[in-house]
Amino acid sequence: MKNKLGVFLFTALLLLVLPAVAQYAGNFWVRIIDFALLYVLLALGLNIVVGFAGLLDLGYIAFYAVGAYMFGLLASPHLSETFPAIKALFPGGLHTPLWVVIPLGAALAGFFGAVLGAPTLKLRGDYLAIVTLGFGEIIRVFLNNLDAPVNITNGPKGLLQIDSLKIPFTDFDFGKNGDLFGFDVSSVTKYYFLFLLIVVVSVVICYRLERSRIGRAWMAIREDEVAAKAMGINTRNMKLLAFAMGASFGGVAGVLFSTFQRFISPESFALQESIMVVAMVVLGGIGHIPGVILGALLLAALPEVLRWISGELDLQMLTGGRLDAAILRQLLIALAMIAIMLARPRGLWPQPEHGKAAPAPAS
Amino acid sequence: MTADIVLNVTGASKRFGGVQALSDVGITIRRGEVVGLIGPNGAGKTTFFNVITGLYTPDSGTFELGGKPYKPSAVHEVAKAGIARTFQNIRLFPEMTAIENVMVGRHARTGSGLIGAVFRTPKFNAEERAIAQRSQELLDYVGIGRYTDYKARTLSYGDQRRLEIARALATDPTLIALDEPAAGMNATEKVVLRELIDRIRKDGRTILLIEHDVKLVMGLCDRVTVLDYGKPIAEGSPYDVQRDEKVIEAYLGAGHKAH
Repeated sequence: MKNKLGVFLFTALLLLVLPAVAQYAGNFWVRIIDFALLYVLLALGLNIVVGFAGLLDLGYIAFYAVGAYMFGLLASPHLSETFPAIKALFPGGLHTPLWVVIPLGAALAGFFGAVLGAPTLKLRGDYLAIVTLGFGEIIRVFLNNLDAPVNITNGPKGLLQIDSLKIPFTDFDFGKNGDLFGFDVSSVTKYYFLFLLIVVVSVVICYRLERSRIGRAWMAIREDEVAAKAMGINTRNMKLLAFAMGASFGGVAGVLFSTFQRFISPESFALQESIMVVAMVVLGGIGHIPGVILGALLLAALPEVLRWISGELDLQMLTGGRLDAAILRQLLIALAMIAIMLARPRGLWPQPEHGKAAPAPAS
Repeated sequence: MTADIVLNVTGASKRFGGVQALSDVGITIRRGEVVGLIGPNGAGKTTFFNVITGLYTPDSGTFELGGKPYKPSAVHEVAKAGIARTFQNIRLFPEMTAIENVMVGRHARTGSGLIGAVFRTPKFNAEERAIAQRSQELLDYVGIGRYTDYKARTLSYGDQRRLEIARALATDPTLIALDEPAAGMNATEKVVLRELIDRIRKDGRTILLIEHDVKLVMGLCDRVTVLDYGKPIAEGSPYDVQRDEKVIEAYLGAGHKAH
């Protein structure tokens, strides 16, 4: 118990000091950590669908897009510039506060999760994966093309000038560098603490869901759907709930991404991203929350670290332009994934094994 | 007497393409009885099981559970209505621990949802404690209490069977349906299983038993129904059924005599 508290305090301290150190090395690094936290949020959400309920979802990034576009539309000049009616309604422009949009984004993404999940209820495994992959792409294609005949999403040009996050009634602006209690705190560091807070809340929610009647029902469906039904579990409702819950995490991550990046376009929500999030969950240890977090952090940070290393080495010069950072990155990540899957097929940090072998019968 | 009838099925039929798997099968089970369902391989025993538990939708038939008609169209509804079952080829939740398996069985009898789980309301905590306590009791009851935190797949075959029974009991069933519980068990395990089923009966449960092991069926059941080619061919006490000409013919072929 004492040991546990120590680990907890140490981790907390580390997480608080981390941005200060990273900021010293350059805001670039804090930004990478911020993105890593967003990926942690996405991976945690997908873990509910894939890890707990066992529904392989390859279109998960669509819910990230739903959240991002929701905030993008509600807090950028785009809508009021396109529609005079909205301009008339909000002469100062549309600036919905993030605090309102986060729950709305969670709800809307959750709704989309259930709607997209509904037709897939009878599908399993590969077939489910293919259909969800299709749904993910449909959302992206919609975003890309909904600029005509009525310009809603501004198409491939994306949404610009999205509001940064401000705390109401103060001049505290997450988008600006400033100081806090005498320390120099850059914008990315402020976001770091916000994201960290939301990730911590999400981890708590995930743990609590896992150890509950609902969580057990999800896992029962994952393990054996027929037996789960025979235990009185309404598998249809439970699956929809899993889709909705997972999607709402994605929605929140999307809202945060939107305010952080202040620019979104359909490009950010490509299939590649969905696959990346699935890879994080699988690589880290499917269904095991610490593993999923580790997987997300590694896969989010690894490309950036590799980019930095190849930049330091000046790889492009070294190889006469044949090899650049981007190519090397892809290669090394692929190699790392193959190596991990060969060495640790259940993930880097999988669910602990209870009782590898049953004890000998007492009689 | 009618109040004592737990399950009453009449005229259940089921066809798969060209195969009439069940035709006009009926069964009546009274409270506290152990009723056996036997028949040669392919006689339709498991099909009948799957029909009354809602896994297959029947083509026709009337179904009553505890005097109330029910429609066996959704498995989870049937489980809620009060029929719990085990499976011929064990279907546990292999990556969950023994106690978690039983806790899932409490699902139908508990009600806490998302809000309770996320905010850990006092009601949720109380319910969760009750679930865990009841589940541990059931593990002890079937005799595998010492494997609480072992993953289901690590248990021995006989213990997995017993875990499945504990999980079925966790749903507080009015009727517990066991699909070949002794299949694949050795002689010692069968003795233990028999004691367990006997104990479950003595504790006031009603049991429907599909079994190949004639000795087990004859020793345990109050009444036996025999199916052959999807049709009931005999019904009565184990003693009578054993001597029924049609039953002997179904099992051994024509030309054998009762002795």
